[in-house]
Amino acid sequence: METKFLEQFTELLEMEQPVKLNDIFREYENWDSLAYLSVISFVDEEYGIVIPREEFGKMKTVKDIIDYIAANS
Amino acid sequence: MASFTYTNVGIAGLAAAVPKQIYRNLTDNKNFTIEDAGAIVEKTGILERRVADDATCASDLCFAASEQLMNEMGIDRAEIDALIFVSQTPDFRMPATGIILQHRLNLPKSCLAFDINLGCSGFVVGLNLAYSLLQQDSVRKVLLLNGETRTKVYSFKDRQTGFLFGDAGTACLVDKNEKYGQSWFVLDSDGAKSDYISIKSGGYRYPSNPESFIERERENGRIYSDEQGYMDGAGVFEFVITEVPKSIKRTLQFAGVEKEQVGYFVFHQANKFMNEHLNRKLKLDADKVPFSLQKFGNTSSVSIPITIVSELNEKLSGVNKILISGFGVGLSLGTAILTIDNPWLGKISEI
Repeated sequence: METKFLEQFTELLEMEQPVKLNDIFREYENWDSLAYLSVISFVDEEYGIVIPREEFGKMKTVKDIIDYIAANS
Repeated sequence: MASFTYTNVGIAGLAAAVPKQIYRNLTDNKNFTIEDAGAIVEKTGILERRVADDATCASDLCFAASEQLMNEMGIDRAEIDALIFVSQTPDFRMPATGIILQHRLNLPKSCLAFDINLGCSGFVVGLNLAYSLLQQDSVRKVLLLNGETRTKVYSFKDRQTGFLFGDAGTACLVDKNEKYGQSWFVLDSDGAKSDYISIKSGGYRYPSNPESFIERERENGRIYSDEQGYMDGAGVFEFVITEVPKSIKRTLQFAGVEKEQVGYFVFHQANKFMNEHLNRKLKLDADKVPFSLQKFGNTSSVSIPITIVSELNEKLSGVNKILISGFGVGLSLGTAILTIDNPWLGKISEI
């Protein structure tokens, strides 16, 4: 799942470089409120999980998102 | 569970009015660069919206829609036994604008008139109330008016709200007839999220004062005063994608209606990104889900009826059931499945 997620995440945020597991996603230049909505929407569609805001607020790295999905699937 | 079933009550006709002035999101908002505006417009899908001038209130838009509806349908005004005005931009804090409209529209003094303070769920909730009033033998026709001048509420300097909202008014005539068959409503409230969409000042909890009118820069560079609308867009999005699909499934189940029997799904026009997410999540055929937000933006409680008038004109003959769902400020959520019989739809008037 990790590899696929990283590819999808790279595409979703229109990143020039592939995203990596330990990237701190809020530090991406194109991270903003619209990017946040895209991620929430993508995870809901792909994995059927709506990540609550308070949970998302605790996440720092791309891996944190993957771990949350794995723990809640 | 606030669920309701009605028999032989339905929508006889619908009309809409919008201000003449068009506001183009890409070029008219000078607080943002065209690149920033473009990114927002791409996500929201709202290219333009209508803006009422200082002299035009929500009630004026509803008045124009009502006059068109009653004149063109040839309605005897003496038969209108109730008028419901749904708005969060009334003429005055008191009296209720609905009562002023009873007089302006030459409706009889024997007509019940009042206001409902609801936003995006307001057409569904108002319609439920109209249907319930018509359970009385002595109530013959109900006029449901939805009007908003939301552009006067939100700061054009706030990137979350400054591109979304538009002004419009609709008039919906509800009456009794055996041709209508059954209709179903399911309504929910979630007051724990009352601060997700709100205007802090101007009521009695936080009365207006010189400070409340000062525009302030908030988190993420958003600029608005306490007299202007605030929206927690992420919180609303989370609520909508979690709760609206459930509400729709519950309503279909309650009504015993299959998704395939529904001719059109008319949703509150929040923004393209959120509405398209709902469509995909509910696996709806795009042809069955009309959009009007590209032209009129998010018009709060007016968005469902104006979408029907604007997008479904001449498309409803032969359609037996439509599903409507409104969700937002409150937070408040309502879904209904309406059995219809080719309602009269007016051409949108501009004032």
